[in-house]
Amino acid sequence: MGKIIKTFNSSSLLVPFVSILLGLLTGAVFMLAGGYNPIAAYGSLINRIFSSPYNMGETIRAITPLIFTGIAVAFAFRTGLFNIGVEGQFMMGMTGATLVGVLADLPWFIHAPLAVITGAVFGGVWAAIAGYLKAARGVNEVISAIMLNWIALFLSNFLIVRFVVVEGQQKSKPIRESAMVKMDWLVQALDSARMHWGTVVALVCVVIFYLILWRTKLGYELRAVGLSPEAAHYAGMNVKRTMVKSMFISGLFAGLGGVFEMLGVFGYQTVMAATWGYGFDGIAVALLGGNTPVGVFLGAVLFGGLNYGSAGMSFGADVPPEVVRIVIGAIIFFVASHGIVKWMLKPFLMKRANNRKEAA
Amino acid sequence: MQVLDIFGQLINITLVFSTALIFTALGGLFSERSGVINIGLEGLMVSGAFAAAVVTDYAIQAGMQGAAPWMGLMAAAIYGLLFSLLHAVSTITFRADQTVVGVVINIFSLGMAIYLTRSLYHGSGQTPTLQYVFSKFNIPVLSDIPFFGRAVFSAYPTTYIVIAIAAISYYLLFRTPFGLRLRAVGEHPSSADTVGISVTKYRYIGVMISGVFAGLGGATITLTTTSNFAHNTISGQGFIAIAAVIFGKWNPLGVVGAAVFFGFSQALRNFAQLFEFSKQIPTEFFYMLPYVLTLLVLVTGVGRGSAPSALGQPYDPARR
Repeated sequence: MGKIIKTFNSSSLLVPFVSILLGLLTGAVFMLAGGYNPIAAYGSLINRIFSSPYNMGETIRAITPLIFTGIAVAFAFRTGLFNIGVEGQFMMGMTGATLVGVLADLPWFIHAPLAVITGAVFGGVWAAIAGYLKAARGVNEVISAIMLNWIALFLSNFLIVRFVVVEGQQKSKPIRESAMVKMDWLVQALDSARMHWGTVVALVCVVIFYLILWRTKLGYELRAVGLSPEAAHYAGMNVKRTMVKSMFISGLFAGLGGVFEMLGVFGYQTVMAATWGYGFDGIAVALLGGNTPVGVFLGAVLFGGLNYGSAGMSFGADVPPEVVRIVIGAIIFFVASHGIVKWMLKPFLMKRANNRKEAA
Repeated sequence: MQVLDIFGQLINITLVFSTALIFTALGGLFSERSGVINIGLEGLMVSGAFAAAVVTDYAIQAGMQGAAPWMGLMAAAIYGLLFSLLHAVSTITFRADQTVVGVVINIFSLGMAIYLTRSLYHGSGQTPTLQYVFSKFNIPVLSDIPFFGRAVFSAYPTTYIVIAIAAISYYLLFRTPFGLRLRAVGEHPSSADTVGISVTKYRYIGVMISGVFAGLGGATITLTTTSNFAHNTISGQGFIAIAAVIFGKWNPLGVVGAAVFFGFSQALRNFAQLFEFSKQIPTEFFYMLPYVLTLLVLVTGVGRGSAPSALGQPYDPARR
């Protein structure tokens, strides 16, 4: 029995893997119900990702923002805060980078870093508002962050329209070349797939995420507050300040995600009717990855790949690509309610344990 | 006189916009009063809007004409109920994190709605425009009252339904044993359990009601405003409804008031362009208004103490 309990431990790898399988299975069931061939569909999904250097590069491009939003969510989670506001911080990051990228006229070695830092700080401050409200006024960070998400959307639109819009169009002027961070040599090597330095920064951020949380005093405090605010307070830590710090850093990561979508990929910002969804996908990534650096990275690779490859399903197997959103939703559903997964696996694992007992 | 006419229209459009918000916010109220945060209201509205569009379309093809929208409305309630069960099973029975599951519902129902739309309509991302939707219904005599009659007594049937539901909700929550139990489960589940109230049962009911109402809210938008379903039919109304629940301090009357007020701010932006003085205000500020106000309410702590105490906490009888 001890073994079964160990397998059922939420930190084990079993739950994420079974959840991924169940998620793919759920997608397959829906495809069968719709009269499509799921094997052909998943085949063409994978095929699209690996079919050409261009597509492989674009897959990496699609994975990058999810790494940022994933570690942003995971970082706050470690302090016991649910940063559902990554979506809004991501947009504030975009807007900060676009404003600096369009309005400032500087040599590239100042312009690009300035745009990156401005965007990151925009995101960080936006998150810190929710952290501050939680610390100072006891406002639930989930609710305030949801409100801040929508305010960020309309504030971004307002700033774009007010300061950098192309007359008569719903988009900003192009960001100056001096602020762009494309990797030109790699773009050429991969048939103009939109490669940029943001991917490198994302990987560095995963390492920073690990270093801050597990190798610094600050990180120790952050995790202590996450595990038990009361105990941390009793040990003499400033719980409230720690919460604000945690949200600020989380927001920096989220903001960077938005920054590189502008400076690395698009080069201009449109007036948005709705949010992009990278923030909510970041929650999915963080959960699947168990809020660990490696897990978040792998989660981002999986979901980024699924999202990008999904377009191949409509070409290759005539399946509506949105089935991938069902798959992602189902995976997170099963990870979140791991009770269901354990309950479903119970008879199977019990049998295996019994078999072992008989064999012994 | 012209100003009065415009004002009358403003009230009328406010009612149209508010209806969906009141439906959904009342749903959110039942769920939150029972102690379950439902971030998935947006997704449940999407489901309702989708089901209403598809079923109404099929009913029209089956020759039901004017009765078709009513079929759509019913289907939306049922479809919303099914999705809310997903929420209920995982958060109540399996004690999953309520916020996470809410986010899942949002991702899942939008994906599902568009996937099914494409499957049913040969790859098209939106349903065809419906020939029969709800039309405005004039209450005889009352609608003949000058100015006021046109503004208030000429509305879609859904508006009248939601007013009735709001009244019933108030009665249910505060004047019946059922309501007392539902609120008890949200305030102090272990005490409720001790006196023999099934926490699980009442939370299931709370979440299921939110599914039905949010489904109806989504259907309202399809059947009175857009006449079809597309990926952007519902964009943020579910979150405004969550804001309305908080802004209305978890009280049915307050919630209805907040929903009407947010509907008014949505209607206002259409009219702001008509006047010189209000043209200067960027439209984005009208969009932002509900969220900014709710944030202010949270910050000033006006609503503190009115939130159900056990909100967001799964109930585990083993740990009381």
